[in-house]
Amino acid sequence: MRRAYFKNNWVAALMVAPQLIIVFTFFYFPTSQALYWAFTLEQPWGGGNTWVGFDNFAAILGDAYYWDSIWVSIVYAIGSTALAVIMALTLAIFADRQLAGYKLYRVGMIWPYAIAAPAVGLAFRFIFTPGAGLMMFINQMFPDLWNPVDNGTQAMGMVIVAGAWKQVAYNFIFFLAGLQSIPRSLIEAGAMDGARVLRRMRDIQLPLLAPTFFFVLVINITDSFTDSFGIVDTMTAGGPSRATDLMVYKIFNDGFQGLDYSGAAAQSIILMLLVIALTFVQFRYIERKVHYT
Amino acid sequence: MAHITIQDVRKSYAKTEVVHGVSLEVQSGEFVVILGPSGCGKSTLLRMIAGLESISGGQITIAGKVVNDLEPHERGCAMVFQNYALYPHMTVGDNIGYGLKVAGLPRAERTAKVAAVAASVGLTEFLDRRPGQLSGGQRQRVAMARAIVREPAVFLFDEPLSNLDAKLRVQMRHEIRRIHNQISATSVFVTHDQAEGMTLADRLVVMNKGVIEQVGTPEEIYHAPASVYVGGFIGSPAMNFMGGMVAPKQACVALENGCRIAIPQALAAAHAGHLVQIGLRPEALNLVPAGMGAFDATFDFFEELGPARLYHFRFEDLMIAVLSSDKPPVQVGQPMGLKIAPEAVHLFSADTGKRLEASQKATESVLV
Repeated sequence: MRRAYFKNNWVAALMVAPQLIIVFTFFYFPTSQALYWAFTLEQPWGGGNTWVGFDNFAAILGDAYYWDSIWVSIVYAIGSTALAVIMALTLAIFADRQLAGYKLYRVGMIWPYAIAAPAVGLAFRFIFTPGAGLMMFINQMFPDLWNPVDNGTQAMGMVIVAGAWKQVAYNFIFFLAGLQSIPRSLIEAGAMDGARVLRRMRDIQLPLLAPTFFFVLVINITDSFTDSFGIVDTMTAGGPSRATDLMVYKIFNDGFQGLDYSGAAAQSIILMLLVIALTFVQFRYIERKVHYT
Repeated sequence: MAHITIQDVRKSYAKTEVVHGVSLEVQSGEFVVILGPSGCGKSTLLRMIAGLESISGGQITIAGKVVNDLEPHERGCAMVFQNYALYPHMTVGDNIGYGLKVAGLPRAERTAKVAAVAASVGLTEFLDRRPGQLSGGQRQRVAMARAIVREPAVFLFDEPLSNLDAKLRVQMRHEIRRIHNQISATSVFVTHDQAEGMTLADRLVVMNKGVIEQVGTPEEIYHAPASVYVGGFIGSPAMNFMGGMVAPKQACVALENGCRIAIPQALAAAHAGHLVQIGLRPEALNLVPAGMGAFDATFDFFEELGPARLYHFRFEDLMIAVLSSDKPPVQVGQPMGLKIAPEAVHLFSADTGKRLEASQKATESVLV
């Protein structure tokens, strides 16, 4: 294959530079700093740090709260991903059937993704507040049924719903594009073969959607580990009693509230390794089952 | 055995009508080819028979049952799609057997049927492959097998050969005809390729702009095209057309420049004074020395076809093609006489484009 190339390397370097500078400034530099801090003990008010080796990691991994946080993060990741994928897939299947007004609906479906996570969190905090609106009505019928302020499971459910709601829009776009890239004639061939709507969906559309499904899964799980901060911060602040204290929130909390920079840096290294490992596992074991056409 | 009746069937998308009231009878076991240029509504008509498009007006019955509101699979049709529409994630065997699986046939019975059909189209060794690993011709066979295995009463083909190369296309054409003869289903085959139409059809249906121009055996359509459109569309190389007026006394058509082309006396008498288009098949024209034919034309160039040559002549501002197997020597820029037997002239009305016959009474636009 022929490739375009620059005869003058300086021009090429100049073109690539802005992107590289951004990536290095906002990704590699902070990461390397975090890596350095993770192995040192930083003084709370600055002014030097001491090399402590793996002490930070040992302290974190010996901390029961940290293990709770990992567990909570996994619950959140599975819950919000499953909910977001199922909802988005359902909506995309409906949009793909081209019922009346689907074009308007398609545009409307994309908007939630443009909303910043803290705004989503705030909105859902109002929706789920026990003292007003729908939830007050429910609480009136079944007194004290809903109170995420002291019920950890409910708080987690609430955060999962908000996180999934935000992710649905993103997944929806990919699922819809995936569905629309399935040739119409395959669906028609299915219809000629006698398969009705649900059967066609199960036997033809869903299997052919597998690559999209896999992509969305990887992105969602990664996102739920790293991008959930805004929602947790506005909705529950990790509470009640650490029931929604996700790893990414705990990093912020320990670092900027507790001023344990070194511990937080070590936690962020662990989180990074965890996400890398998860992505690796997904590619290794799930992608094998994906059939690309 | 399924007889198909299509009565005044229409199709519109929003306000645009694309099929304008088509009526057609297809006899049980017949092989009918619907031929027309792209956009003439032939595929739409086929898809309405299949149940993949709703019917905006009129009625379609298959085996005596009105199918307008039936689901595709309730109509007893099987279809071979232009791009084959094989399920890419299933093996060849699963592709062929999918319809049977949906119908709830037990696995053992299914496997046996699939194996039998696969053997009949020469796919036995490919049953475990995926469609992506097959060549175009093999995919075509899988699509055929998938249709055959359901033992349909009606076989529908939507330009199934257009993605194949020329050699394979001829081969598959033979195979389709062979399979049709074997399974004795009623077949409706849509194509824009006249060679496919002529060779496959028991009866040919020529469509243009959403209406049927002519229905007949390939031979009828070739020898007596019902309109200028059919005359020009069927036949390769294409028919030559010239405008003129019927002069009854001399039993000829007088061209605008005064040249005369003889036509049968009865035909001339029936349409005296009529403005006409005459159609001349390239193979009906004979090359003779200049001045000996109906008119002279200037030789331009020829195309070698092997058994014959296609000579191109200039006549006024027209190009006229002549097919000759004698291959007489000609020189560029030299005039040659073009001779034509009166019976070989096709006569069409200049304003309606319809074929004129001796038995018809000339009714429209007679200039006296």
